[in-house]
Order: sequence, then structure tokens, then C-alpha cells
Amino acid sequence: MSGFFASGPVHTAVVAGAVVAVVSGVVGVFTVIRGQSFSGHALGDLGTLGGSGAFLAGVNPFFGYVTVGAAVAATMDLFGVQHRRGRDVATGIVLGAALGLAALLLYFDTTTSTTTGATITILFGSLFAVSPGTLPVMIGLGVVGLVLVAVLYRPLLLSSVSAELAAARGVRVRTVGLVFLVLVGVVVSLSAVAVGTILSTALLVGPAAAALRLTRRPLTAVVVASVLGLVATWGGVVLSYASATWPPSHTGWPVSFFVVTLVLALYLGAELVGWARARAGA
Amino acid sequence: MGAGTGRGVMFSGVMATAWVTATLVAVVAGVVGFHVVVRGATFAAHAVPMSAFAGAAGAAVLGVSAIAGLGVVSPLAALGVAWLGRRRRTDVASALVIVVMLGLGALFLSWTAEYSSQVYALLFGELLGVSTQELAATAGLAVLAVAAAAVLHRPLLLTAVLPDVADGRGVSVLAADLWFLLLVAVVTTMAVPVVGTLLMFSLMVGPPAAARAVARSPRATIAASVAIALVTVWSAIALSYVTDWPVGFFVGILGAAWYLAGRAAAALAARRRPGARRQPAALAA
Repeated sequence: MSGFFASGPVHTAVVAGAVVAVVSGVVGVFTVIRGQSFSGHALGDLGTLGGSGAFLAGVNPFFGYVTVGAAVAATMDLFGVQHRRGRDVATGIVLGAALGLAALLLYFDTTTSTTTGATITILFGSLFAVSPGTLPVMIGLGVVGLVLVAVLYRPLLLSSVSAELAAARGVRVRTVGLVFLVLVGVVVSLSAVAVGTILSTALLVGPAAAALRLTRRPLTAVVVASVLGLVATWGGVVLSYASATWPPSHTGWPVSFFVVTLVLALYLGAELVGWARARAGA
Repeated sequence: MGAGTGRGVMFSGVMATAWVTATLVAVVAGVVGFHVVVRGATFAAHAVPMSAFAGAAGAAVLGVSAIAGLGVVSPLAALGVAWLGRRRRTDVASALVIVVMLGLGALFLSWTAEYSSQVYALLFGELLGVSTQELAATAGLAVLAVAAAAVLHRPLLLTAVLPDVADGRGVSVLAADLWFLLLVAVVTTMAVPVVGTLLMFSLMVGPPAAARAVARSPRATIAASVAIALVTVWSAIALSYVTDWPVGFFVGILGAAWYLAGRAAAALAARRRPGARRQPAALAA
């Protein structure tokens, strides 16, 4: 483990993991309260299209995720897609078409460039593959996201719990909803850098849902979710680093695998605590 | 991806296997997809193939046929979906389980020599995804699935459309749900090597959704669904062969096109007969 703290990619991975965990934790809590988990999932999947397109254009995939994430989120809000929830043929078909198109772009990526592994980088991500140059942009977007949530905290919480009450208090519910969903789009792109587009839901929704099982107070939940996210990303980085000597490949197990497994474990742990508390209380 | 077999042999050699496999896949996907749409079971159509990715990846590590891995994991995933559905916890818990199954698949494939191309093939499908040796297994599964769907046709339909009546007649809704999910598992096992995990949904849902717009009776809808699925995979294979582009691209785009066409046809029919709302296909039995 002596080389762990001296390694450049590890530094970047630790910082990127922290940014993603904190911002996802904060925004994730509101996503879960508002029942928009599925929108987050759809935005992640659609990010595949943006990432593969950006890769083809020779741009860092992250910018593809952000552009598509924000644009699609705004469109989704305008058409009221988020109200239809997950069980919808239309959403699935649109996602299918987008993923089909992404398949084509990825195919071009692999045939036109000499760098292999675009598919892995975009779909499954890797904290170790984050380029140090992307880091300032990620931190900047993360800070903007946190400031937005802080400014919008009251109206956002009020409109999440009761839209009617918020409207009666003079909150512009539609505007708050639009800004928030665009924010989710941006956060999902940050999370896609860490664990890839099709796994990005895990970091957005997992720690937040776990935190909301443990506490009902939103501010506490935000803190707990961020901490759980940190445990998952940093734990993933450490385990992945340690796994370099593990069988069967001795090349290290993918960091994204550890991160999502830790997220699931933390969620199940929180469920267990919530269940035990309910029993003790009954 | 790249077939590399040259232009003159689109229907011979390994390509013959591709055509036969695709035909079998389309027939079964068309039939089972009808029940997916009637039951509104889009979550199962999404979750089972996604989870099965880990099975196909595990098979690649062990050096056995992807169909063997899918055949083991798909039924387990189907049972998991049934269990989660009964507990009404389909939201966060199931999303996380699916994500971990995908992550597990990525882990397995990272142990294989051709990591990137394997991941790509299993997620987006492959023209020559089923080898000639695996053709017998695929055909066996197809016969099994179509026979099961024929035998289960009435109970599946009844439990989907009129669960109360089914209950009164002693038809178990739970049993029907389980049989249905096992059918989804069979389609997944057959189809994932060809169309890929991420695009199974398009093939299973696009054609029947369009078929419902043009056909009345359940039987006619199933026939139309199979016909549209056949056109989808045949065109996908031919286009993929000619352009060398991925099969999944064509399946995803055609699935969406069929769905849109179906919606447009339904809207047009509704406008022509104002007031006369079209009955759901399943009720017109």
C-alpha cells in the first residue's frame, strides 16, 4: 500500500470520487424525495449517446455527458416525462433508440481511433481514468451545483414535499423543477465519469435512499448521503488498488464494480437498520 | 461487428446460421413481447436482460457458450424480478441490483483477453453472436418457448386482462406471472447474443406495441407482432452485413420506428371514427 498515496491517478481518483460523492449525495436526496429516480436513470443512459459522440469528435466524453444531460433534462421537464415514471413503453423505446445510436457511435469510435476501450470508458467508467485536466471542470460544476442547492434549499424542499403548499407560498414550482432536473442531468454526468453512464444511477440514488432510511431530516440525510457516497467511492478506489495482486488476472479489478457493490451493500445495511429500528419501536 | 466474410456470401456459411438464429429469435420475441405489452411488464423486459449480462460474462470467463451462462442466470433474474415485484420494492433496491449485476458482468469480462470487444458484443449484440454449434440449443429453446406460450395462452391473457375473473376460475395470477417471467428468461437467453442486453427491450416491446395498433384479436396481434419482429431482425441483419454497422443500432432504431408508426396508425384510426374508442386488443377475444 506504500505506493498508494504517491500515485498520480490515485490522487485524481480520490479527489474526483469525493466531488462526485458529495454532489450526488446532496442532489440525490432531493431526487429520491421527489420520486425522480427513474429520470436520473434515463439521463444516465442517454449520457451514453453524448459520451460516445464526444469521443468521436475527439472531445473528452465528460463534456458530452454534461451537454446531453442538461439538454435532455430540460426537454424532459418541458414534456413532463418525469411524471410517467418507469413503467412506460415510450420511455423505454426512446432509451432503446438512443442506445442503438450510441452503439453506432461507439462502433465508429473503435474503428476510427487507435485508442481502444471507448465502450468500457463510457459505459462502465473508471475513477482511475479521470484525466487531471477534467478535474477543475468537475470541481467547478460540483461547486455550482452545491451553491444552487443551497440557494434553492427552502423552495426546493417545500415543492418536493407539497407542490400545492409551495405554490401557495409563492414558490415558482415549475421553475424550481426545471432547474433541479437540469441539475440532476449535470450530477449524473459527474457520476458517469466515476462509474460510467449505465452505472451512474447507483451513486445518485443509492447513498441518498440509504440515508433517507436512516434519518427523516433532510439536512442530516444530505450529510449522511455524502458520507456514504464517500465510503463507496474511496472504498472502491482502495479495494481496486489492492486488487492489483488478486487472481485471476493480476491486473486489478474494475473500480466501478467495487463502487456499485459498496453502494448496494450500504443500502442493504441501511434497510436492515431501518427494519431493526421499526421492530424495536413496535 | 465486422463479419469479414465478403459480400458474395450473405446467405451461406456462417451467415446462414445468423439468418436462422435471427428468425427463431424474432418469432419467440414477437410472441412473448405480446404478453409483455398486454401485462404492462416493461420493467421485467428491462430487468431480466440487464441482469443476465453477468451470466453471459461469466460464461466468457469459464470459456463456455454464452447461451449456457444466460440460460442459468436469466431464470434466476426472472425469479428475482418476481420476488421484488411481490414485495413492491421495485424502485431503488431493484435499480441497485441491476447495476451491480452489470458491474459484475464488467468484472468478469475484465478477466478475459478481449475485454472491450466482449463488453461491446454483449451489450449491443453481434451479427454472428450464435455459433453453428449453438444453433441446436437456440432452436430447442425456441420450440420450447412457442409451445409453452401456446399452452399458456389463455391463462396468461386472462390473468393479465381480468385478474378477478381468473381468480374466480381458479387460475392463479402468481403462477401465470412466474410462467410469463420464465418465458422472458428464455427469450433473453436466445436473443442477447444477437441483439445485446441493452437493446432486448426494443425488440421485445417495439413490434408488439405496433401490432396492437393494427390488429384486433389477440391471435392476429401475435401474428402481426411476429411478422414485424421478423422484418426488424431480418432488416437489421441485412443492413448490418452490408454496412458492417452494429446489429443493435438497427434493432434500436427500427424498434422505435415501429412504435411511432403504431401510435400514428392508432391516432389516425381514432380520428376517423370519432367517439368509437378502440377496444384493447386483448378484450376482443
